[in-house]
Amino acid sequence: MIELQSLSKTYRTADREIVALEDISLTVRDGEIFGIIGLSGAGKSTLVRCINLLERPTSGRVLIDGREITALPRKQLLKLRQSIGMIFQGFNLLEQRTVLHNVTFPLEVSGLRRSEAKARATELLELVGLSDRADSYPSQLSGGQKQRVAIARALATNPKYLLCDEATSALDPNTTRSILELLAEINKQMGVTIVIITHEMKVIDRICDRVAVLDQSRVVEEGAVSEVFTNPRSTIAKELILPDSRVGISAPGGRRIRLTFHAGISQEPLLSRMILECQCPVNILFAETKQLDTRTYGQMLIELPTEPRDAERIIAWLKNSPLDWQEEE
Amino acid sequence: MFSELFLKLWNTGIIQKGIWETVYMTVLSSVIAYLIGLPLGVILTVADKEGIWPHPLLHRILGLIVNFFRSVPFIILMVAMLPAAKLIVGTSLGNRAMIVMLVIAAAPYVARMVESSLKEVDAGVIEAAQSMGTGNFQIIRKVLLPEAKPSLIIGAVISMVTILGYSAMAATIGGTGLGQIAISYGHQRFHPDITWFCVVLTVVIVQIIQEAGNRIARKTDKRYKA
Repeated sequence: MIELQSLSKTYRTADREIVALEDISLTVRDGEIFGIIGLSGAGKSTLVRCINLLERPTSGRVLIDGREITALPRKQLLKLRQSIGMIFQGFNLLEQRTVLHNVTFPLEVSGLRRSEAKARATELLELVGLSDRADSYPSQLSGGQKQRVAIARALATNPKYLLCDEATSALDPNTTRSILELLAEINKQMGVTIVIITHEMKVIDRICDRVAVLDQSRVVEEGAVSEVFTNPRSTIAKELILPDSRVGISAPGGRRIRLTFHAGISQEPLLSRMILECQCPVNILFAETKQLDTRTYGQMLIELPTEPRDAERIIAWLKNSPLDWQEEE
Repeated sequence: MFSELFLKLWNTGIIQKGIWETVYMTVLSSVIAYLIGLPLGVILTVADKEGIWPHPLLHRILGLIVNFFRSVPFIILMVAMLPAAKLIVGTSLGNRAMIVMLVIAAAPYVARMVESSLKEVDAGVIEAAQSMGTGNFQIIRKVLLPEAKPSLIIGAVISMVTILGYSAMAATIGGTGLGQIAISYGHQRFHPDITWFCVVLTVVIVQIIQEAGNRIARKTDKRYKA
């Protein structure tokens, strides 16, 4: 289990302080895939680096399996890092080493014998499907292949955790999909707990169990992915799920209702039924559906009739419907 | 085509000896300059405030020392350092003393060359190594130096050519080699053919160093192999 307790990080430059993280508390449970999403500059990369202390938090505690690590002596910290793998957006492979020797690198560091390291690395290359490229150099590989090597390298020491810092952001959609499938498989079969940092909702939707939404150095929302996706409360989460949702409609008129549709519900003609049953028209100001990998999300902004009694009737109908809705200010 | 004096120098083997002295002074000084400059360059890199072992004060002091030696023109440094040569090798004359001079001038130069090569190593790769629990010493040995190897070799070539140039200048205070032949026979006894012969020989030596270095660098670099 990874526990972050009121973590803060401030960078001091010559003339001002930059707050990267502010009072962040999160728990990543064993065996899950935990996503952290946010726009660039939200502090995601700093946050993930606080887990293995590549960045030192200014205040707060980091607990790995119940052990507070911010006070660990350096030797023990290095040892601990061998149980937390990490992959990066830029892959960060050693360019002058072969694929095989990139994977043996962490094993050499951990003091394993050369022959054993080689055997283990060969095994891992098989796992990521690159056995035939063992003697190639990174410059001879595609982006997706490089990330596979990086994954093999990160898993070489049998870590319990795997941190992914925008690991698919430099890859095309098909390659992204295959890398995510590989991560899901590693999670399921090897029981590796995975923390994923991303700005792409698709990544979260496809493989994460739970998600935290980061905005301006703070966690603004956290929960099961299905929960956050169907009922995003924070503005930033709404924006990330439906990027155009803030289309402003400022024309004066009746009360406005925002409807949110999600998997299952989007199949039924609910709106037609509402109009028929309430016997009054509504004005559709904005509508959008979005197909994320496995689910459909949609939302619609409707304007109610100006006649208060008609409006009340529709509100009453909505209250009894399975729709997620809220009145706009 | 060649003057009598030239033929005399050639037949008595003085020119051949000069070639040998230039080559051996250059190579030996380069090796010793790297023995000192390489660790110095590594320390300058890691002790930087963005480095893996930030020690700003140490970095500053070393930087000042290196800059001091680098800002004095070689010909002046050489004269000023004669007492140091006497202290180290017991004499301020001859090639042994010249090698001390060359090393004093070249080691700081080498340190900067090494530093600039090591700084080219992608910070992401170093971070990846840190994320795997790699200690600083292992990062230097297994990441910084091997990843910078092609660039280090190119730097070594540049350093050697510079040292070769210094070795010729050492002739003005008693060093031997092609520089001394050019000055005392070519210049002072008005034999331009001797001077030009030394020029051509120097160019040939530089070309050999350059070509060999580039080949080795290309061969070891795994980045651009398709």
